[in-house]
Amino acid sequence: MIWPSFLVNALLAGTAIAAAAGLVGYFMVLRAQVFTGDALSHVAFTGALAALALGVDERLGLFAATIGVGVALGALGGRGRADDVVIGNVFAWILGLGVFFLTLYTTNNSAGNGNAGVNVLFGSIFGLNRSEAITAVIVAVLIAAGMVTIARPLLFASIDNAVATARGIPVRMLGYVFLALVGAAAAEASQAVGALLLLGLLAAPAGTAQRLTTRPYSALLLSAGLAVGEVWAGLTLSYTVPALPPSFAILAVATGVYALVLLRARARWHPLRR
Amino acid sequence: MILSAGPSWNPIIDLQQMWSFPFMVNAFRAGTIVAVLAGVMGWFMVLRRQSFAGHTLSLIGFPGAAGAVLIGVAASYGYFAFCLAGALVIAALPRAGPGGYSEESAVTGTVQALALACGFLFVALYKGFLNSINALLFGNFLGISAGQVTLLGVVAALSLAALAVIGRPLAFASIDPEVAAARNVPVRALSVAFLVLLGAATAEASQITGTLLVFALLVMPAATAQALTARPGRALALTVTIGLVVTWLGLSVAYYTPFPVGFFVTSFAFAGYVAAQAVRHTRPRWRAASSEVSPMPTGIAR
Repeated sequence: MIWPSFLVNALLAGTAIAAAAGLVGYFMVLRAQVFTGDALSHVAFTGALAALALGVDERLGLFAATIGVGVALGALGGRGRADDVVIGNVFAWILGLGVFFLTLYTTNNSAGNGNAGVNVLFGSIFGLNRSEAITAVIVAVLIAAGMVTIARPLLFASIDNAVATARGIPVRMLGYVFLALVGAAAAEASQAVGALLLLGLLAAPAGTAQRLTTRPYSALLLSAGLAVGEVWAGLTLSYTVPALPPSFAILAVATGVYALVLLRARARWHPLRR
Repeated sequence: MILSAGPSWNPIIDLQQMWSFPFMVNAFRAGTIVAVLAGVMGWFMVLRRQSFAGHTLSLIGFPGAAGAVLIGVAASYGYFAFCLAGALVIAALPRAGPGGYSEESAVTGTVQALALACGFLFVALYKGFLNSINALLFGNFLGISAGQVTLLGVVAALSLAALAVIGRPLAFASIDPEVAAARNVPVRALSVAFLVLLGAATAEASQITGTLLVFALLVMPAATAQALTARPGRALALTVTIGLVVTWLGLSVAYYTPFPVGFFVTSFAFAGYVAAQAVRHTRPRWRAASSEVSPMPTGIAR
């Protein structure tokens, strides 16, 4: 069987993006920073549309916005993590800005660009070309390497912040580095499943992994593995049933797996449940 | 937004000109109803620290509306059906205990992403719908019928009446759930009732502001008011006032510019929030410190 090149590109980029999202997502769920990921998903929309409206590369705006706002949210909240209400206010406004850029972009480019907003919001992984896919892989490898480097101290800081501080671990700094990595992962994931849906790719595999094992490193790897498997399954599903958009298929598989694990756990209560 | 050369900067003439168009009158009526309802609900949402749940609820309306259009019924029904069902789902999730939060938020995030993905699927199945996807997400202040305004008014009145009934115990349960439970306040039932009311409010507001911008009207005026005053009654009044002012200003400015109303409403509201934070931080230190220790006087319920 000869695979069409768009499918190869999608699988290539999807695998790398999923692995990075799984690694970052695990810590995001562990540190109870899912709402930050939620905020960054809206920031990604504004970043990409701002770049489009200003005529620069979409990915530049995406990464600049998510990493910048991620770190800024940490600074606003102090101690490297932000308060829910602060996050809510900031991203609600940034989303308003996104609407502004969307109008600016669609009124300036009336012909044929009406779908730009939709593509940013819901992803177009089957539309990636080879060089875009390779860039996505390189960035994903960098994110994964960064995550693996800080995994051990970050785990300590996430589980027991006070003791980690007392042991001389730079807790605050780690918080910022982590938020920058979340921002980068959000920008990557929005290329795969779109700005609005990236939260699912970050949260669902991580939540599933935390249910399946209580050992942190196993859960971290499991989260990445689950994310990759779910993206593969989703892409295959979408390729065989063309009516299903790829981002929906990926999210549906990820949610289905999580739901199964939750139901199983409910049937058989685990004594080590968090 | 249309038809006019620009404001005359005489408020009376400008208002007369704007309100000579029935769609602007309807937009102001609907905006007023939504701002009051979202402000009051948002005040409780911020007090209860349920921003994430509120945001998820506001997004769940999108697949509802898209699905309603797909099967050929009015989008309003879709908004209400999905937002109310979503409220019950979130209420059924295990409530955050210490350490339980991380899982609750992972589930909420997954539900939210799946809901949006379903909305996208419905839109994709309903071919040629891509232009109205923006109206669903970002709202359409300018196409509101008189019938819609009536429906909004009725639902808002019912929601506010229900909230008035449970308001006092709800505030108690929000500030100190353990003491409230010890005093035989039905904390759990109140929490469910509040989420259902919040779902109704987001379903209302979504039809005007779009699903992505409801959250701004919920969180911003309330957070601004709670940064400015610690007294619940005053904060509630301030929330509604701020909501009304930013909505009216946003509508008026959007009328005279080519940019969407959502951008102006969120920008004005955010400017207000930043100003309130600045005021709070420049106040004498002991007041700031005391308001951080107890955001509300705890004697409120008795």
